[in-house]
Amino acid sequence: MFPTPVASASAPTRAAYRIALPLSLLVWLLPLIGVMITSIRPASDLAMGNYFGVPSSFEPGNYLTVFRNTPMGLFILNSFKVTIPTVIGAVALSCLTGYALATYRFKTNLWLFFIFVAGNFVPFQILMIPVRDLTLKMGLYDTVTGLVLFHVAFQTGFCTLFMRNFIKALPSELIEAARVEGVSELRIFRYVVLPLMRPAIAALSVLIFTFIWNDFFWATVLVQGTHAMPVTGGIISLNGQWVAQWHLVSAGSVIAAMPPVIMFFLMQKHFIAGLTMGATKG
Amino acid sequence: MSEQVLAPVSSGNSPKFSVEPATSGASKNRSSKWIASQRKFAPWLFLTPGVVMFLVYVIVPIGRSLWISLYEWDGIGVKTFIGIANYIELINDDAFYTALYNNILWLGLYMLAVPAGLMIAIFLNQTVTGIRIYKSLFFFPFVISQIVVGLIFSWFYAPNFGLFTRLLEFVGVDGIAILADERFVTYGIIVAGLWPQIAYCMILYLTGLNNVSPDQIEAARLDGAKGWKMLWYVIIPQLRPATFIAVVVTIIGALRSFDLVSIMSSGGPYGSSRVLSYYMYEQALSEYGFRMGYGASIAVVLFAIMIVFITMFIVRMLKDEREGC
Repeated sequence: MFPTPVASASAPTRAAYRIALPLSLLVWLLPLIGVMITSIRPASDLAMGNYFGVPSSFEPGNYLTVFRNTPMGLFILNSFKVTIPTVIGAVALSCLTGYALATYRFKTNLWLFFIFVAGNFVPFQILMIPVRDLTLKMGLYDTVTGLVLFHVAFQTGFCTLFMRNFIKALPSELIEAARVEGVSELRIFRYVVLPLMRPAIAALSVLIFTFIWNDFFWATVLVQGTHAMPVTGGIISLNGQWVAQWHLVSAGSVIAAMPPVIMFFLMQKHFIAGLTMGATKG
Repeated sequence: MSEQVLAPVSSGNSPKFSVEPATSGASKNRSSKWIASQRKFAPWLFLTPGVVMFLVYVIVPIGRSLWISLYEWDGIGVKTFIGIANYIELINDDAFYTALYNNILWLGLYMLAVPAGLMIAIFLNQTVTGIRIYKSLFFFPFVISQIVVGLIFSWFYAPNFGLFTRLLEFVGVDGIAILADERFVTYGIIVAGLWPQIAYCMILYLTGLNNVSPDQIEAARLDGAKGWKMLWYVIIPQLRPATFIAVVVTIIGALRSFDLVSIMSSGGPYGSSRVLSYYMYEQALSEYGFRMGYGASIAVVLFAIMIVFITMFIVRMLKDEREGC
């Protein structure tokens, strides 16, 4: 193990490490801690210049104010309406494409795969005008559906890369044995491969959930009004209204950040497994 | 990425999907014919939905953007072909150079996330009680939306009361409004972007460190290697896959920077913190009228920069594939 475990170090080193650990975390999360404390401060604290001291009172009411006076509830709902179908759509499509690219040999296989990979890395701006135009023409501009369709298509690139590599690493004997038995291709996929893909599906789902929840660019490009706006776009418009009302901005930010954070802590293992895929193997 | 070959076929160059030996032996049999033809069409059945979506929303739009960049177009009316006039305007546009320069700055400074992430990963790669919670909390910034990160840092930098401003005052520097100062604004935004990016690199390296071979470390220890020498000659070479991914995601992150610029400064003051992605958006969908053609030409430049890195990535993947086969 590198570095040498502190457990085997001298007593002063161990003590120093014990102190350095929480201290460094405090510095690392300082901006975040500041915002969390601000979100429960009464407005009067800010007016009196008490930005960093102990809040004069605990004011969870800021959160209620955010929900009561702004369409925050609707924004959050919209984010779910965009995120959940996208996760389902992109994961489903990529189970199919990933399976095809991992198990069949045909001439264009590697090319198709690389197109998915390359497409996944292009800057959004090269897609912006045509995608906006297409969405307008389909009558889906300013709707949740328009946003979902684009996200599903774009995320299929990353998901295909992920699924294909995952399936390739499965033992090939399983599929070969099923083929010898004369099992149809569809049933091999359904009953042999799909059950083995569960960890990959879980990892991808949490990752895509976070990516899409946090998307801001496409929300501003494909949605205009409040009725379909996800929370990232919504909070920006609120930021304009709440000039200098940092307790509300903070509370709003905490609300917007919450769902992916909860998702992360619930599914931590899958999340990190998904994110670090490829970081260990050559 | 280790590559076992899963395909049932041994003759890789055959343009058709050959049939597995076990079934081809009984090729007169009707059911095996069915299986053979099924195996020929099955991949396309699986591929079609994903490929169609990807074509419509990603591949075709890239081509259309290239084409639109040759036109003058407000997004609604008729397109007028103007050849490369947009690009000629671009090379005489000071704002374009500012954005390009800032993009290079982003790329360069963002790279700091890789060594910084490695340092934190090494710091946290211990087995004391509660370390798992520390690891998750250090990773935290990556999970939060960039919009929220931008808001947090706007507050952090806020003149008069921002925590950062207070810290500066504490060390005797006062009166700097980072986000309103042309000299500092881009650096201020990049620091905000580094926060989640370092967390990302850290998690990649933590996973990498977990898989470093203990035997090699022991052997190196017996040879007297420790500290920096151990890190440089034994650990870092073994972390190559993690480093590669960290570099790739950092480059992409740097060139995709849009959210933070948009929320923290809107490209200002006076356009000094624009990056290409933001400038493109401003031109194409600005409140003063849509300039789709000009916007598209900026996007093409950004795309051209990205293609260099994408190609490098694909070439490396291709090498891995070949070695795997």
